[in-house]
Amino acid sequence: MASTACFVIVSRNDCPIYESEVGTAPKKDEAAHLHQFILHASLDIVQDVVWTTNAMYLKLVDKFNDLLVSVYVTADTHTRLMLLHDSRNEDGIKNFFQEVHELYIKMLLNPLYVPGSRITSPFFDTRVRTLARKYL
Amino acid sequence: MIGVGRSKQNLNVVDRPLGKGKTEVSLSAFAFLFSELVQYNQTRVDNIAELERRLEDAGYAVGIRMLELLCHREKGNRRETRLLNILSFVHSTVWKSLFGKVADSLEKGTEHEDEYMISEKELLVNRYISVPKDMGAFNCGAFVAGVVKGVLDGAGFPARVTAHFVAVEGQPRPRTTILIKFSEEVLQREARLG
Repeated sequence: MASTACFVIVSRNDCPIYESEVGTAPKKDEAAHLHQFILHASLDIVQDVVWTTNAMYLKLVDKFNDLLVSVYVTADTHTRLMLLHDSRNEDGIKNFFQEVHELYIKMLLNPLYVPGSRITSPFFDTRVRTLARKYL
Repeated sequence: MIGVGRSKQNLNVVDRPLGKGKTEVSLSAFAFLFSELVQYNQTRVDNIAELERRLEDAGYAVGIRMLELLCHREKGNRRETRLLNILSFVHSTVWKSLFGKVADSLEKGTEHEDEYMISEKELLVNRYISVPKDMGAFNCGAFVAGVVKGVLDGAGFPARVTAHFVAVEGQPRPRTTILIKFSEEVLQREARLG
Protein backbone atom coordinates (compact mmCIF):
# COMPACT_ATOMS: atom_id res chain seq x y z
CA MET A 1 0.00 0.00 0.00
CA ALA A 2 1.31 3.44 -0.87
CA SER A 3 1.98 5.53 2.19
CA THR A 4 2.54 9.19 2.79
CA ALA A 5 5.42 10.29 4.98
CA CYS A 6 7.03 13.67 5.20
CA PHE A 7 10.00 14.19 7.50
CA VAL A 8 11.20 17.62 8.59
CA ILE A 9 13.79 18.83 11.10
CA VAL A 10 12.82 22.20 12.53
CA SER A 11 15.38 24.34 14.33
CA ARG A 12 15.47 27.64 16.18
CA ASN A 13 12.79 30.19 15.25
CA ASP A 14 10.73 27.41 13.63
CA CYS A 15 13.09 27.35 10.70
CA PRO A 16 13.21 24.04 8.77
CA ILE A 17 16.78 22.78 8.32
CA TYR A 18 16.05 19.50 6.59
CA GLU A 19 13.05 18.21 4.63
CA SER A 20 12.32 15.04 2.76
CA GLU A 21 9.32 13.19 1.40
CA VAL A 22 10.00 9.64 2.46
CA GLY A 23 6.66 8.02 1.63
CA THR A 24 6.00 5.62 -1.22
CA ALA A 25 2.94 7.45 -2.55
CA PRO A 26 3.41 9.14 -5.94
CA LYS A 27 4.36 12.79 -5.50
CA LYS A 28 1.75 15.45 -5.96
CA ASP A 29 2.67 19.09 -6.26
CA GLU A 30 0.13 20.50 -3.87
CA ALA A 31 0.78 17.76 -1.31
CA ALA A 32 4.18 19.13 -0.35
CA HIS A 33 2.65 22.47 0.55
CA LEU A 34 -0.15 20.83 2.47
CA HIS A 35 2.36 18.76 4.47
CA GLN A 36 4.37 21.82 5.38
CA PHE A 37 1.23 23.60 6.38
CA ILE A 38 0.06 20.83 8.73
CA LEU A 39 3.49 20.45 10.29
CA HIS A 40 3.79 24.18 10.83
CA ALA A 41 0.38 24.28 12.48
CA SER A 42 1.35 21.57 14.95
CA LEU A 43 4.41 23.50 16.16
CA ASP A 44 2.26 25.38 18.66
CA ILE A 45 1.05 22.16 20.24
CA VAL A 46 4.62 20.90 20.42
CA GLN A 47 5.61 24.03 22.29
CA ASP A 48 3.03 23.26 24.98
CA VAL A 49 3.73 19.56 25.25
CA VAL A 50 7.49 19.90 25.34
CA TRP A 51 7.61 21.11 28.96
CA THR A 52 5.22 18.49 30.35
CA THR A 53 7.53 15.52 29.90
CA ASN A 54 11.23 14.85 29.83
CA ALA A 55 11.00 12.14 27.22
CA MET A 56 12.29 13.12 23.83
CA TYR A 57 9.69 11.19 21.87
CA LEU A 58 6.39 13.07 22.21
CA LYS A 59 4.40 10.47 20.22
CA LEU A 60 1.35 11.69 18.30
CA VAL A 61 0.76 15.37 18.85
CA ASP A 62 -1.67 16.32 16.11
CA LYS A 63 -3.79 15.03 13.28
CA PHE A 64 -5.36 16.40 10.14
CA ASN A 65 -7.98 14.17 8.48
CA ASP A 66 -6.10 10.89 8.08
CA LEU A 67 -2.66 12.46 8.38
CA LEU A 68 -0.87 12.13 11.74
CA VAL A 69 1.97 14.17 13.19
CA SER A 70 4.57 12.54 15.43
CA VAL A 71 7.29 14.61 17.03
CA TYR A 72 10.63 13.99 18.70
CA VAL A 73 12.37 16.82 20.55
CA THR A 74 16.11 16.58 21.09
CA ALA A 75 18.00 17.75 24.18
CA ASP A 76 18.28 21.14 22.54
CA THR A 77 14.56 21.93 22.82
CA HIS A 78 14.75 24.11 19.73
CA THR A 79 15.44 21.13 17.49
CA ARG A 80 12.35 19.15 16.64
CA LEU A 81 12.18 16.12 14.40
CA MET A 82 8.70 15.96 12.90
CA LEU A 83 7.10 13.22 10.89
CA LEU A 84 3.82 13.43 9.03
CA HIS A 85 2.49 9.95 8.34
CA ASP A 86 -0.71 8.06 7.63
CA SER A 87 0.09 4.67 9.13
CA ARG A 88 0.08 3.86 12.84
CA ASN A 89 3.39 2.29 13.67
CA GLU A 90 4.62 3.74 16.93
CA ASP A 91 7.62 1.50 17.52
CA GLY A 92 8.90 1.95 14.00
CA ILE A 93 8.59 5.71 14.23
CA LYS A 94 10.33 5.76 17.60
CA ASN A 95 13.26 3.77 16.24
CA PHE A 96 13.37 5.96 13.16
CA PHE A 97 13.54 9.12 15.29
CA GLN A 98 16.20 7.71 17.58
CA GLU A 99 18.46 6.76 14.70
CA VAL A 100 17.97 10.07 12.93
CA HIS A 101 18.72 11.83 16.22
CA GLU A 102 22.05 10.04 16.37
CA LEU A 103 22.77 11.07 12.77
CA TYR A 104 21.86 14.64 13.66
CA ILE A 105 24.29 14.62 16.61
CA LYS A 106 27.04 13.45 14.28
CA MET A 107 26.26 16.33 11.92
CA LEU A 108 26.15 18.78 14.82
CA LEU A 109 29.54 17.71 16.16
CA ASN A 110 31.13 18.77 12.89
CA PRO A 111 32.80 22.07 13.84
CA LEU A 112 32.16 23.41 10.35
CA TYR A 113 28.41 22.95 10.72
CA VAL A 114 26.74 26.04 12.16
CA PRO A 115 23.95 24.93 14.55
CA GLY A 116 20.57 25.91 13.14
CA SER A 117 21.71 26.08 9.53
CA ARG A 118 20.45 23.87 6.70
CA ILE A 119 21.71 20.31 6.56
CA THR A 120 22.82 19.89 2.98
CA SER A 121 24.96 16.76 3.31
CA PRO A 122 23.91 14.16 0.70
CA PHE A 123 25.24 11.44 3.03
CA PHE A 124 22.80 12.52 5.73
CA ASP A 125 19.95 12.55 3.20
CA THR A 126 20.79 9.05 1.95
CA ARG A 127 20.96 7.68 5.49
CA VAL A 128 17.63 9.24 6.47
CA ARG A 129 15.95 7.71 3.40
CA THR A 130 17.47 4.31 4.19
CA LEU A 131 16.16 4.53 7.76
CA ALA A 132 12.74 5.55 6.51
CA ARG A 133 12.57 2.49 4.25
CA LYS A 134 13.69 0.29 7.13
CA TYR A 135 11.32 1.53 9.84
CA LEU A 136 8.35 3.28 8.30
CA MET B 1 44.19 15.18 7.17
CA ILE B 2 47.63 14.29 8.48
CA GLY B 3 47.93 10.84 10.00
CA VAL B 4 44.46 9.75 8.99
CA GLY B 5 44.34 6.41 7.23
CA ARG B 6 42.85 6.30 3.76
CA SER B 7 39.91 4.15 4.71
CA LYS B 8 38.90 6.54 7.52
CA GLN B 9 39.35 9.55 5.30
CA ASN B 10 36.73 8.20 2.95
CA LEU B 11 34.15 7.63 5.67
CA ASN B 12 31.65 10.41 6.08
CA VAL B 13 30.78 11.61 9.61
CA VAL B 14 27.42 9.83 9.40
CA ASP B 15 29.17 6.50 8.88
CA ARG B 16 31.53 6.78 11.85
CA PRO B 17 30.47 5.70 15.34
CA LEU B 18 29.84 8.43 17.91
CA GLY B 19 32.43 7.17 20.39
CA LYS B 20 32.15 6.65 24.13
CA GLY B 21 33.93 9.84 25.12
CA LYS B 22 36.32 8.11 27.50
CA THR B 23 39.49 9.39 25.90
CA GLU B 24 41.39 12.24 27.53
CA VAL B 25 43.40 15.00 25.93
CA SER B 26 46.81 16.11 27.10
CA LEU B 27 46.59 19.19 29.33
CA SER B 28 49.58 20.86 27.68
CA ALA B 29 48.03 20.41 24.24
CA PHE B 30 44.79 21.94 25.48
CA ALA B 31 46.59 24.80 27.26
CA PHE B 32 48.49 25.55 24.05
CA LEU B 33 45.36 25.51 21.92
CA PHE B 34 43.48 27.67 24.40
CA SER B 35 46.30 30.18 24.63
CA GLU B 36 46.30 30.40 20.81
CA LEU B 37 42.53 30.96 20.88
CA VAL B 38 42.91 33.83 23.34
CA GLN B 39 45.79 35.38 21.43
CA TYR B 40 44.01 35.05 18.09
CA ASN B 41 40.98 36.87 19.44
CA GLN B 42 43.06 39.44 21.28
CA THR B 43 44.53 40.74 18.02
CA ARG B 44 41.04 41.24 16.60
CA VAL B 45 39.40 43.34 19.30
CA ASP B 46 39.62 46.89 20.64
CA ASN B 47 38.51 46.32 24.20
CA ILE B 48 38.21 43.73 26.94
CA ALA B 49 34.45 43.39 26.73
CA GLU B 50 34.70 42.48 23.07
CA LEU B 51 37.40 39.90 23.83
CA GLU B 52 35.24 38.31 26.51
CA ARG B 53 32.31 38.21 24.13
CA ARG B 54 34.40 36.45 21.49
CA LEU B 55 35.60 33.82 23.97
CA GLU B 56 32.03 33.40 25.14
CA ASP B 57 30.88 32.82 21.56
CA ALA B 58 33.56 30.16 21.09
CA GLY B 59 32.36 28.47 24.29
CA TYR B 60 28.72 28.75 23.28
CA ALA B 61 29.35 26.61 20.19
CA VAL B 62 30.90 23.98 22.47
CA GLY B 63 28.06 24.14 24.99
CA ILE B 64 25.27 23.67 22.50
CA ARG B 65 26.99 20.55 21.17
CA MET B 66 27.84 19.17 24.62
CA LEU B 67 24.19 19.36 25.65
CA GLU B 68 23.02 17.30 22.71
CA LEU B 69 25.87 14.80 22.95
CA LEU B 70 25.77 14.27 26.72
CA CYS B 71 22.00 13.89 26.90
CA HIS B 72 22.33 11.17 24.30
CA ARG B 73 25.40 9.51 25.80
CA GLU B 74 24.91 9.83 29.56
CA LYS B 75 21.21 10.43 30.11
CA GLY B 76 19.78 7.84 27.73
CA ASN B 77 17.88 10.40 25.70
CA ARG B 78 16.05 12.18 28.54
CA ARG B 79 15.68 15.92 28.36
CA GLU B 80 15.95 18.27 31.32
CA THR B 81 12.86 20.39 31.80
CA ARG B 82 13.39 21.71 35.34
CA LEU B 83 15.72 24.49 36.41
CA LEU B 84 17.50 22.65 39.22
CA ASN B 85 17.94 19.54 37.11
CA ILE B 86 19.58 21.40 34.26
CA LEU B 87 21.86 23.21 36.73
CA SER B 88 22.98 19.98 38.30
CA PHE B 89 23.44 18.56 34.81
CA VAL B 90 25.86 21.42 34.10
CA HIS B 91 27.54 21.14 37.50
CA SER B 92 28.14 17.41 37.34
CA THR B 93 27.67 15.82 33.92
CA VAL B 94 29.03 18.61 31.75
CA TRP B 95 31.86 19.47 34.14
CA LYS B 96 32.89 15.84 34.47
CA SER B 97 32.99 15.37 30.74
CA LEU B 98 34.93 18.58 30.07
CA PHE B 99 37.22 18.82 33.09
CA GLY B 100 37.26 15.29 34.52
CA LYS B 101 35.63 16.32 37.83
CA VAL B 102 32.43 17.85 39.11
CA ALA B 103 32.48 21.59 39.81
CA ASP B 104 33.52 22.63 43.33
CA SER B 105 30.20 24.19 44.21
CA LEU B 106 26.81 25.19 42.92
CA GLU B 107 25.00 27.85 44.93
CA LYS B 108 21.93 29.98 44.69
CA GLY B 109 22.51 33.72 44.75
CA THR B 110 21.55 35.32 48.06
CA GLU B 111 20.39 38.66 46.73
CA HIS B 112 18.43 37.66 43.67
CA GLU B 113 16.05 34.79 43.06
CA ASP B 114 17.19 34.31 39.48
CA GLU B 115 20.93 34.03 40.11
CA TYR B 116 23.00 30.90 40.55
CA MET B 117 26.75 30.48 40.88
CA ILE B 118 29.10 27.70 39.96
CA SER B 119 32.49 28.12 41.63
CA GLU B 120 35.75 26.46 40.86
CA LYS B 121 38.94 26.88 42.90
CA GLU B 122 41.19 26.33 39.94
CA LEU B 123 39.35 26.49 36.64
CA LEU B 124 41.12 24.38 34.04
CA VAL B 125 41.27 27.13 31.42
CA ASN B 126 42.76 29.56 33.94
CA ARG B 127 45.47 27.23 35.24
CA TYR B 128 48.30 28.68 33.15
CA ILE B 129 46.89 32.15 32.77
CA SER B 130 47.70 35.27 34.73
CA VAL B 131 45.94 38.42 33.69
CA PRO B 132 48.09 41.57 33.36
CA LYS B 133 47.03 44.52 35.55
CA ASP B 134 46.09 46.72 32.61
CA MET B 135 43.44 44.23 31.51
CA GLY B 136 41.38 44.86 34.61
CA ALA B 137 38.75 42.28 35.50
CA PHE B 138 39.23 40.24 32.34
CA ASN B 139 38.72 36.52 32.98
CA CYS B 140 39.42 33.76 30.45
CA GLY B 141 36.69 31.83 32.22
CA ALA B 142 34.46 33.73 29.77
CA PHE B 143 35.00 30.69 27.56
CA VAL B 144 33.55 28.39 30.21
CA ALA B 145 30.75 30.88 30.85
CA GLY B 146 29.99 30.57 27.14
CA VAL B 147 29.87 26.78 27.42
CA VAL B 148 27.39 27.05 30.31
CA LYS B 149 25.34 29.58 28.37
CA GLY B 150 25.29 27.27 25.34
CA VAL B 151 24.02 24.33 27.38
CA LEU B 152 21.35 26.39 29.17
CA ASP B 153 20.22 28.24 26.09
CA GLY B 154 19.98 25.05 24.08
CA ALA B 155 17.90 23.35 26.75
CA GLY B 156 15.48 26.29 26.70
CA PHE B 157 16.75 28.18 29.75
CA PRO B 158 18.14 31.43 28.31
CA ALA B 159 20.44 33.15 30.78
CA ARG B 160 23.18 35.73 31.02
CA VAL B 161 26.35 33.98 32.11
CA THR B 162 29.54 35.73 33.20
CA ALA B 163 32.84 34.69 34.76
CA HIS B 164 34.40 36.54 37.71
CA PHE B 165 37.47 36.24 39.88
CA VAL B 166 36.71 36.09 43.59
CA ALA B 167 39.60 36.46 46.03
CA VAL B 168 39.83 33.71 48.65
CA GLU B 169 41.45 34.32 52.01
CA GLY B 170 44.72 32.48 52.51
CA GLN B 171 44.95 31.51 48.84
CA PRO B 172 47.40 33.14 46.44
CA ARG B 173 45.05 32.61 43.49
CA PRO B 174 41.46 33.80 43.31
CA ARG B 175 38.73 31.31 42.50
CA THR B 176 36.54 31.69 39.45
CA THR B 177 32.81 32.04 39.84
CA ILE B 178 30.46 31.53 36.93
CA LEU B 179 27.43 33.70 37.56
CA ILE B 180 24.19 32.61 35.91
CA LYS B 181 21.28 35.02 35.70
CA PHE B 182 18.19 33.45 34.17
CA SER B 183 15.74 35.36 32.00
CA GLU B 184 12.38 36.21 33.43
CA GLU B 185 10.51 33.79 31.19
CA VAL B 186 12.46 30.86 32.65
CA LEU B 187 11.36 31.66 36.21
CA GLN B 188 7.79 32.22 35.10
CA ARG B 189 7.70 28.83 33.43
CA GLU B 190 9.33 27.24 36.46
CA ALA B 191 6.62 28.71 38.69
CA ARG B 192 3.92 27.46 36.34
CA LEU B 193 5.34 23.92 36.34
CA GLY B 194 5.16 24.04 40.12
